[in-house]
Amino acid sequence: MNIPENLRYATSHEWILVEGDTGTVGITDHAQAELTDIVFAEPPAIGKSVKAGDVAAVVESVKAASDIYAPVSGEVVERNEAIEADPSLLNTDPFGAGWIFKIRIAEAAELAALKDAAAYREQIGA
Amino acid sequence: MVEFSGWEMPVQYKGILHEHKAVREACGVFDISHMGEFFVSGPGSTSWLDGLLTNNLAAVPIGHAQYTIMLNERGGVIDDLIAYRLAEENYLLIVNAAKIAEDAAWFAKHSTPGVVFEDRSNEFAALAIQGPEAAAIFAKIFQHPMPVERNRVVEIQAGHSFIATTGYTGESGFEWIMPAAEAAAAWQAAIDAGAMPCGLGARDTLRLEMCYPLNGSDLSPDRTPLEAGLGFFVDLKKPAFIGREVLLDQKASILPHKLCALRVIDKAPPVRPHYNVYVNGEPVAETTSGALSPSLGYGVAMAYMPPAYCDIGQMVDIEVRDRRFRAQVVKKPFYKKP
Repeated sequence: MNIPENLRYATSHEWILVEGDTGTVGITDHAQAELTDIVFAEPPAIGKSVKAGDVAAVVESVKAASDIYAPVSGEVVERNEAIEADPSLLNTDPFGAGWIFKIRIAEAAELAALKDAAAYREQIGA
Repeated sequence: MVEFSGWEMPVQYKGILHEHKAVREACGVFDISHMGEFFVSGPGSTSWLDGLLTNNLAAVPIGHAQYTIMLNERGGVIDDLIAYRLAEENYLLIVNAAKIAEDAAWFAKHSTPGVVFEDRSNEFAALAIQGPEAAAIFAKIFQHPMPVERNRVVEIQAGHSFIATTGYTGESGFEWIMPAAEAAAAWQAAIDAGAMPCGLGARDTLRLEMCYPLNGSDLSPDRTPLEAGLGFFVDLKKPAFIGREVLLDQKASILPHKLCALRVIDKAPPVRPHYNVYVNGEPVAETTSGALSPSLGYGVAMAYMPPAYCDIGQMVDIEVRDRRFRAQVVKKPFYKKP
């Protein structure tokens, strides 16, 4: 199970890569494996404001729809249109080409509440 | 794993899309041990069953199987099942897991002297081996060619294990009924012969592409088989069977609803059961089944629609999470073998 060290993790299985005041958000390798074949993805609209824990996006497997939560508060500044065209990117490259959206981080302090790789590994028992 | 009618069953082994494709292009094996096995024997069995089921069993040759439907007095569906004619007055019925108790009670309620009904569901396991390579796998397992004809029944060991060239996927293949103690070895034999393990998820997408109804979703005690589009499996020329009068009345007037196949035109999230269907902004139905078709790459669904909206080409909207997406009534089935 791939759990990159340079990311922060939400209990609800999103990751965030922080670069300056911007964070790139996706779902973890564990999450994509649990969701199974993802056949539909809907990243949030640019400009959408979210609070940490809000539903920001939806992905759907053959059997079920799953909400994707914003790990921190902020404004959506970029959305990954490639996953709309090819939702399987979320399965094949969850930490890379399968990213979902970028957010301008409003409250940097919220990052401290997220898990590091070791704590997330412990959570999923990997 | 999910709970299904009291059974712990896998939704998938390797992945629904992967398993779906294996069945369309090669071969998959499904554990269908949850399904029920009833035996009916004794003089008068054929006419007794013909009074309880919609199709015409008297017309089925020995060694053949028939898809048929059991109705309540209102003409609604209790269950759909496959009847194997093992001898002149000897049948094996394969019924839906969720309906075993209800079906058995119905048969018991209508029992008649001379006809022996036995629910032996707990003694039997079953596998469905499906796909274009199923015949080759059959030959490897049984050292004998698979019957070419659909709906053939062969007793591998009399009264003990059975195969029928039937299935729920739209592919060639067979279903194999055996004592529960032999199931693990049979499962392994199928895999060793090249079949891919497939779960309930692929079973559902495969059958929906073919518009095969799922009882409890697409069939219900409040819908008749004519409304469900299963008239081919109803013989109204038979003098009597439970529900017949209701069907005759429906046939003489107009069906209140018809189970239509809906193809999603817009790029949309997968349509699932119980989504609202609209025509010209008015709610007219809700989906009974729905999925993103793995073979076709677009959304597919079924819904009981008022007859005015059942013509091929009729435009509808299906609501998914507060947004409406365009769909169209299409001819059944969704999927046709290339």
